Amino acid sequence: MTNSINELEDTHAILVIGSNTTEQHPIIGEKILSAVRKGAKLVVIDPRSIHLSDFADVYLRPRPGTEVAYLNGLAQVIISESLQDRDFIETRTEGFEELKKLLADYTPEKVQEISGIPADELVRAARIYAEAERASIVYCMGITQHSTGTDNVLSLANLALLTGNIGKPGTGVNPLRGQNNVQGACDMGGLPNVFTAYRKVDDEAVAADFESVWGVDNLSRKPGLTVTEMIEKAAEGELRALFIMGENPMLSDPDINHVSKALQKLNFLVVADIMENETMQYADVILPAASFAEKEGTITNTERRVQRIRRAIEPVGESKPDWEIICAIAAEIGAKGFDFNSPLEVFEEIRRVTASYAGITYERLGARGLQWPCPQEDHPGTPILHEKVFPIGKGKFTACEFREPAETTDEEYPLILTTGRLLFHYHTGTMTRNSPSLTKEIDKAFIEVNPIDAKALAISEGDMVRVASRRGSLEVEAKVTERVGKGVVFMPFHFAEAAANVLTNTAYDPVSKIPELKVCAVSISSLAV
Amino acid sequence: MSEKDLSYELIPSTCAYCGTGCGVLLEVMDGRLSGVLPQKDHPVSKGALCLKGWSSHEFVYSPRRLDKPMIRKDGVPVECEWEEALKVVAEGLQKARNEHGPDAVGFFTSARCTNEENYLLQKFARAVIGTNNVDHCARL
Repeated sequence: MTNSINELEDTHAILVIGSNTTEQHPIIGEKILSAVRKGAKLVVIDPRSIHLSDFADVYLRPRPGTEVAYLNGLAQVIISESLQDRDFIETRTEGFEELKKLLADYTPEKVQEISGIPADELVRAARIYAEAERASIVYCMGITQHSTGTDNVLSLANLALLTGNIGKPGTGVNPLRGQNNVQGACDMGGLPNVFTAYRKVDDEAVAADFESVWGVDNLSRKPGLTVTEMIEKAAEGELRALFIMGENPMLSDPDINHVSKALQKLNFLVVADIMENETMQYADVILPAASFAEKEGTITNTERRVQRIRRAIEPVGESKPDWEIICAIAAEIGAKGFDFNSPLEVFEEIRRVTASYAGITYERLGARGLQWPCPQEDHPGTPILHEKVFPIGKGKFTACEFREPAETTDEEYPLILTTGRLLFHYHTGTMTRNSPSLTKEIDKAFIEVNPIDAKALAISEGDMVRVASRRGSLEVEAKVTERVGKGVVFMPFHFAEAAANVLTNTAYDPVSKIPELKVCAVSISSLAV
Repeated sequence: MSEKDLSYELIPSTCAYCGTGCGVLLEVMDGRLSGVLPQKDHPVSKGALCLKGWSSHEFVYSPRRLDKPMIRKDGVPVECEWEEALKVVAEGLQKARNEHGPDAVGFFTSARCTNEENYLLQKFARAVIGTNNVDHCARL
């Protein structure tokens, strides 16, 4: 997030897009509802109507995969009605003229043709966002999990730059991170192209810097492979060994049948996890890991707040914290630089190589944590980014043309499947499906089908249906509901016994490499007799 | 407190679920995690927790928890001692690297692990194995 969570409560307009906030980030969802109770305007854009859309001043239901078109449409309305912030554009941005030129084609009428959003509703949404004194954009995977994910985010940034809604309280472009430490895993260099603090592995000076701190002389300058690419290379026989710490690609990754073939082709697979999971069936070695309650360390939330987790109980059984496991493997190999006695000692090394964390100490974290960047020990942390200047100087408008999703519907696969999550479950369910209070609420998969489609396909509420895509098929119970629009079906991906990712497409965004989990073409047929 | 009493402690920590980072108090009764409470003074959650947060102690003692290392022998995972498991892991990773080059080895680090653990695994991949094949499920 460029801004902080609490600011949402005191802003004047919120644009929620591709985030089912009350289910996936319930405490943030509550803050959005609190803002609405205080009079803030709410715009919700989502192919599936969600709890928040019931409270929205405007709810727009686009065809999945048309984000760039309708975001360009919003920007076009802002400019054609002269609602942009001229001072901000003049002093803090560049590229406005090119953007303006591209946007001319994205009239509300044209956008309606592409996305199905009624032209007058689009105009209302644009006015709410642009006319508010302060407005915040909140987004999630509904924006990023597309083959145009990068363009989607850039188009959102255009809206914030156009209206000067950045660098001030209650504004910003605010992605919500789905897991407790997605932010930190990225900050720490758990990415193929960067070390900690997003310093590039192919930058000679950066690599040399890490070589000197780590006491090695052979760091690779070649960016590595993403999760999806590693699966591809494993299937091709080029990747031979894989070490998986706390992940379950056999449920979370697109095209599970393909993932399964790839993992079986590996010479050597190690899985470290707290719980039995679907990926372990192919593991050569399984290592029992300690849970969050059994270890010390820090995690970083979606507003960049670094916080402590603390050991409350002894590790269950013979499990060990992952940091101990990694150090023990390094010791077994005889590698230097892993003789840490505690996470505190590891954190001290992190501070030395990570400027944004340099001013953070375990002691300073206390009960409130600290938001990075925090470069020195007397720095108070940074709740709002880009207050006076952007890291690249001026904020850059990027004009993006609309492109169709990688897979479109046809006669054989006439419906669009979009996937997501439920309030009571989390990712691949290794934690929530082992929590009785949550499984009591819901413990099985379903597919949501619009009543018009259900009628045409002779599907009734509760029927078992077969769902097929170009990659696989499964059987699941149908829910007939207007939560999804005509032509669109929705499935949660938590449930291994009807795993939505058997169906999904591995096509990914060329820059972010995020797979298009939110759009693929499927067919449905009733199995009821 | 006499020996007959149950010990009871509240350990402040951060929720294990989504990226909001709500403050939790882990209830520990006689050495066992017995519940989770919200932290009233937490800067973000201010005494609130969602259902997942309130029940986040429940999976900790699940019968599906892994409690012993296992090595696959004749196609079946067999429990073993840590010493043996670590040796097999070290040998397996080194063998793949020595025979097929460092980029034949990959690492999935985790959005559910700590900063320290993510740091260590990417350092291990880069400095020990020599590959930048490090990623996690941020994209999924």
